[in-house]
Amino acid sequence: MAKVTVDGIEVEVPNGATVLQACEAAGKEIPRFCYHERLSIAGNCRMCLVELEKAPKPIASCAYPVADGMVIRTDSPMVRNARRGVMEFLLINHPLDCPICDQGGECDLQDQAYGYGMDRSRYREAKRAVKDKYVGPLIKTIMTRCIHCTRCIRFSQEVAGVPELGATGRGEAMEVGTYVEQALRTELSGNLIDICPVGALTSRPYAFAARPWELRKTDSVDVLDAVGCNIRVDSRGPEVLRILPRTNDAVNEEWLGDRSRFALDGLKRRRLDRPWVRRDGRLLPATWPEAFAAIARRLTALPGHRIGAVAGDLADAESVVALKDLMTALGSANLDCRQDGAALDASRRDFYLFNTTIAGIEEADALLIIGSNPRVEAPVLNARIRKRAIAGRPFPVGYIGPHGVNLTYPAAHLGEGPAALRALLGAAHPFAETLRKADRPMLILGRGAVARADGAAVLAAAWQLATETGMLRPDWHGFNLLHLFGGQVGALDLGFVPGEGGKDLAAMLAGDVDALWLLGADGFDPARIPPSTFVIYQGHHGDRAASRADVILPGAAYTEKDGTYVNTEGRVQRGYLSVFPPGEAREDWKIVRAFSEGIGKRLPYDDLDALRARLAGANPVFGTIGTLERRGCADTRGPAGDPAALGESPFVLPITNYYQADAISRASDTMAECARIYGGAAPAKLAAE
Amino acid sequence: MSGGSGASPENGGGIGATQAADEAERHQPAHFAFDEESERRIPGILARYPETRKASAVIPLLWLVQEQMRRQTGSAWVPKAAMDVVAARLGMPPIRVYEVATFYFMFNTRPIGRHHLQVCGTTPCMLRGAEEVARACRDATGIKAYGETSADGMFTLSEVECLGACVNAPVLQVDLDYYEDLDYESTVRLIEALRRGERPRPGSVIGRQASAPEGERTTLLDVPGE
Ligand code: SF4
Ligand code: FES
Ligand code: FES
Repeated sequence: MAKVTVDGIEVEVPNGATVLQACEAAGKEIPRFCYHERLSIAGNCRMCLVELEKAPKPIASCAYPVADGMVIRTDSPMVRNARRGVMEFLLINHPLDCPICDQGGECDLQDQAYGYGMDRSRYREAKRAVKDKYVGPLIKTIMTRCIHCTRCIRFSQEVAGVPELGATGRGEAMEVGTYVEQALRTELSGNLIDICPVGALTSRPYAFAARPWELRKTDSVDVLDAVGCNIRVDSRGPEVLRILPRTNDAVNEEWLGDRSRFALDGLKRRRLDRPWVRRDGRLLPATWPEAFAAIARRLTALPGHRIGAVAGDLADAESVVALKDLMTALGSANLDCRQDGAALDASRRDFYLFNTTIAGIEEADALLIIGSNPRVEAPVLNARIRKRAIAGRPFPVGYIGPHGVNLTYPAAHLGEGPAALRALLGAAHPFAETLRKADRPMLILGRGAVARADGAAVLAAAWQLATETGMLRPDWHGFNLLHLFGGQVGALDLGFVPGEGGKDLAAMLAGDVDALWLLGADGFDPARIPPSTFVIYQGHHGDRAASRADVILPGAAYTEKDGTYVNTEGRVQRGYLSVFPPGEAREDWKIVRAFSEGIGKRLPYDDLDALRARLAGANPVFGTIGTLERRGCADTRGPAGDPAALGESPFVLPITNYYQADAISRASDTMAECARIYGGAAPAKLAAE
Repeated sequence: MSGGSGASPENGGGIGATQAADEAERHQPAHFAFDEESERRIPGILARYPETRKASAVIPLLWLVQEQMRRQTGSAWVPKAAMDVVAARLGMPPIRVYEVATFYFMFNTRPIGRHHLQVCGTTPCMLRGAEEVARACRDATGIKAYGETSADGMFTLSEVECLGACVNAPVLQVDLDYYEDLDYESTVRLIEALRRGERPRPGSVIGRQASAPEGERTTLLDVPGE
């Protein structure tokens, strides 16, 4: 530790910390443009100058390591003068176009110019003008505004793992861009908008939409993948205008995937905003009482075991538990939340969770990925793997799955199907040896790898491999399942799977039920539902399943309700209502609750608090919000399934089109545009790194 | 220097990097491959750096490209396809090669004329008549401004910073050779010789030996012991 005095305040910071960090520890704000705590240090903007006692000139605090006994001043005349000088230089070539700049109101340069800028310019020469660049459909560039901080270059190289941005030319001719015109091939491109300190990189879909002070900001959580990224939903009136990441070091740090950020225009399209009832083969608009009556007529005439319910991938835990309670009241145990048919064993939580945790990835020292492309299935989690991969200590990665996948970090391709998994089991396979030798080995099993005929065998084999290679210990849990959407784990935690004598989805679709309640279940082909089955679709989008429904109950999207979601790690988080559901649509649990009352089976909760008490009763994990205990594995007995029953067919990745993977993103024009430009499939191969 | 606009054509180096790339787009060959002579030299270059640091070879390899282009096409420049070849050879992302190639003025990222006339415009040369040399270059080639290539494709004119031969200022670098002690007339004569396909002897054009004083020796005239 080093003792440093900052403006008379004594602080202790670890050796190796920077002067800037010491100043922050002392509660002093240091202006900065190029410094970003999650990127390497560039030290090129000079805005962070401070005075170091006995040093002849100001120092760049972001790039200067602390030493014991340093005396720093952050607000001396020397410092102020130096920063004014830097600001004057930065403004020489920066256009004064704040009134038409989308960064206005949340621009670091604008803010600092208030403190250190002059009210007039001494520069008489012509300003530089730089041609705008095309870096993809999501990012608008006005490169004349660029101050050459190189944050975007470092982000794309270090975090996103797509080294395609750079600074070409030099001196006055220097330009930041790709040199060869091309869309950046990353699912994390939206983060460039956040890290650019000025208005050079702004959001294309949000261009000229609003000023930050007009927006109502609601903290929430993303559900479009299973990472559970913390987000802030910015809305004005009835409209969600943008979605930004919130910092949570345990989950998303400060990043967000492009689908989660930009699919929001899908929230306005193809919405179910009123109930519909099918009469004489045609769906006709109806009122809530009519819709409820139509369902009640049908359901009350059926025995419980002829009714089934399927929970969708984006469902909040509240509506899932309400629907489960309703089904129990109706006498049905036919429940399923695994629309993909994933052979998940819900009997123990660590059979289906990402047990290592996302932050735990940084502690691992070997990784095996089975049947998953985390880059597409969970881009932010993949960034964490990459962070670990480039951290310096060795981190061998093995990968079993289709060819041609670029994970953004080196990985040894071990095979395409379960045969490779079988080879790792028992026998002296070199990569099994690598895992065994590692101190903290982990594996990631893709949800797609268990959604197949031999899924249970794959699950059991992966667990067995985890046992054999020392991944399951009381102090370390290296078995991880990677889910795909924000509602999947919550439904498993609530046991939304066939109960005693209940049917699973496949059986329900094979005609074992006469009525099917779909809670936002758009994850399977509705053509598989037998023609005679009565279908209730409760959800927010007229996506795949709604057109097959006999009754449509309009529900709320995740931005329109207070909901609880569990991410792939098993972390329980809350989202909050940002805007009201459109038209006659209602919060989902309330729909179920209202219906139950109509048929005389009133569910015993009248408000959210009572419902949440019920949630915690159903599974105590819902009592702890946000935090997560690190897990070890004390009991290595494996999930149901016979590892010997592994099949032969190669693994198929569940998401081939990152940009259109759920009801909301399928309704989004922005995402359709991305799918067109990036060819739908995962971004193609990159050059070597 | 121009009025501070990055898009100024007055200085070959002052043009925005991407604009230069756009202009070069029309001439960009689709492919590039090292020829036999280059290939012969590559192993020696790579051997200078450890395997994990082979990206250090980027400058020598780009230079090899430019020399090969001179041999093959008469225009010494580095096409984008060649930068990609260098990137692949050194296992580095292409953008990192583009950055280096556009940073150094000695790499031409656009096609140039058969001869690259590089007028030194830094203070010593300027005081000794660099502007006359530049004027002679313009008059003799028909080029109007720095960065342009003459209509016959023979010459490209650039302004460069100190070439390190100030003793014999003003200096004009033609391709890889220095011509020194120039004035308007001698510059015109030099360019005309080049146009005829001749290659006058490099160095001082007034017969100065290396960087010795003009005319007679002025010091160390007495030989000790004589
Ligand atoms: S575009 Fe933005 S982030 Fe990138 S170098 Fe310029 S100012 Fe920095
Ligand atoms: S923040 Fe320190 S030099 Fe840019
Ligand atoms: S100033 Fe021209 S060579 Fe040095």
